[in-house]
Amino acid sequence: MNTKTSFKKMCVADKAITLVGNLFLILFVAAIVLPLIYIVVASFIDPVVLNNKGITFDFSKWTTTAYERVIENSQIWIGFRNALVYSVVFTAISVFVTLLCAYPMSRADFRGKGFFKVVFYITMFFGGGLIPTYLLISDLGMLNTMWALVIPGAFSVWNMIIARSYYQGIPKELQEAASVDGADDLTFFFKVLLPVCKPVIAVLILWQFVGMWNSYFDALIYLSSDAKQPLQLVLRAILIQNQPQSGMIADIQSTAARAQLGELLKYATIIISSVPLLVMFPFFQKYFDAGIMVGSVKG
Amino acid sequence: MSVAEVTIPTKPIAKAKPMNIKRKESFFQYARKHWQLYAIFIMPAFLLTVIFKYIPMGGILIAFQDFNPIKGILGSKWIGFENFTRFLNSPDFMNYLANTLKLSIYGLIWGFPVPIILALLLNRLQNRKLKSGIQMILYMPNFISVIVLCGMVRILLSVNGPINMLFHSSLNFMTMPEAFRSIYIISGIWQGAGWASIMYTASLSNASHELKEAAIIDGANIWQQMKVVDWPAIKDMVVIQFILSAGNIMSIGFEKAYALQTDLNIHSSEIIATYVYKKGLLEGDYSFSTAVGLFNTVINVILLVVVNKVVSKMNDGQGI
Repeated sequence: MNTKTSFKKMCVADKAITLVGNLFLILFVAAIVLPLIYIVVASFIDPVVLNNKGITFDFSKWTTTAYERVIENSQIWIGFRNALVYSVVFTAISVFVTLLCAYPMSRADFRGKGFFKVVFYITMFFGGGLIPTYLLISDLGMLNTMWALVIPGAFSVWNMIIARSYYQGIPKELQEAASVDGADDLTFFFKVLLPVCKPVIAVLILWQFVGMWNSYFDALIYLSSDAKQPLQLVLRAILIQNQPQSGMIADIQSTAARAQLGELLKYATIIISSVPLLVMFPFFQKYFDAGIMVGSVKG
Repeated sequence: MSVAEVTIPTKPIAKAKPMNIKRKESFFQYARKHWQLYAIFIMPAFLLTVIFKYIPMGGILIAFQDFNPIKGILGSKWIGFENFTRFLNSPDFMNYLANTLKLSIYGLIWGFPVPIILALLLNRLQNRKLKSGIQMILYMPNFISVIVLCGMVRILLSVNGPINMLFHSSLNFMTMPEAFRSIYIISGIWQGAGWASIMYTASLSNASHELKEAAIIDGANIWQQMKVVDWPAIKDMVVIQFILSAGNIMSIGFEKAYALQTDLNIHSSEIIATYVYKKGLLEGDYSFSTAVGLFNTVINVILLVVVNKVVSKMNDGQGI
């Protein structure tokens, strides 16, 4: 049977719910889209006009100065490069360790599972906190190195649980067949199991990559030299602390003009820094639902 | 990441442990046969956990010391609970605790229902293309970083920004302590509600189609359909999500609060996490900062246990 009902045939209560509900959806979507559009449009407008009149669609007042200045700035590119390196290395280590660990934890016959479970789960609810962790990183000589960002948080218990649930959904016959063929655990894992787990691997890669790309706290506390700062810290200086990179506005004489240009640079910076992830994510969208289903079905 | 919270240690699997007849082999025989499981599969995760999670737990001892980094834990002076009493007696304590609690409790009250509502509404959309288009837009803000989000908030709310232009006002929102919480919570919903709705959407797509057809044939209106078909499909997920978020009330994140903080809104924006950072890493008061952090963690664990108990009582004994 068709579960669709045309709006006309609905009773009054149904019409009211549908109307209010759709209105809510429309408002929510508008609330998301409008600020984004505003930032995009404003980033092209002459700073003086923007400051006095707001955005305008008189294209003679549009300019790409802000983009040129941001793109010419080397610190932004250093930030991009660092963020890319940290995110790729972190994602590789993290997803690999997590996928490995989830395998024994998914096996019903794994001896010592109870012990490892307790060891891992406790860390989800209790931890040493900021200072003891910082002192440890410092004692290990990892301060101001990439390793302070990519190693300590590499193993995620949540992600391990998700991968484990996914493994458990794979037919047991695969493993039995493999062990009859004399395959050891490693061979089975790499040759048989991982190739059929692509959706969950894609989801974990996406989460870890985006998480590292967008975070700034660890970099803030562990990295001190400018040359190692990831994008988010460069952005923080520009967007939050109002300190545009000196090269961007140094040539402007008047203080007022400098301040206005500084504002405009923020818009362009936001666009340039957000575009890579926003462009990337639709390609992963087909995996979202699959990946989430993994969790919810088992959960 | 919050989405990862979908999966909970599963009870059925633990119960379904097969009574293995070959179980007679000793642990050592098993470990010898499957040494790879221990030496290769588990080892990296186990070492990372022990080194980076358990050793810092030992470091908590400095909360009971007047810790001096040069002397180390063994050489520093033990002072018992002095750091804790100093914090609890300080005039700022109640302010920071209240800020932390208000921010996350109000955030929970306002933010928790939104993803559920979004998922229920999306589920009713009959045009598939429209639905996935809207979903795409709803997910998008999740990929914007905290820094960019806060940068956007500062731009949109600035004195001559679009919001003020719209209302012909000239309020400087970022300097108003009374505006901080609303800014924090609304921007949080703006960014996270769509993404959080995924798991409800996923559960809803598992709802029995036959049940829905039967309900429609029986003449159920939309409200009744939601009550009979949709709600049961997401109820477990709602319970789990609620326990998890309520249990995380004290662990509200540092990153966003710090990025929205200004010298003038500090009275409502200083939460325990930002205070721990400033005291510990900016002022170097390691012991005191650790004590404050420990206080926070302990309250959080207690909250999680209590919420889990209460919710499972309400939910026929089903908690986490």
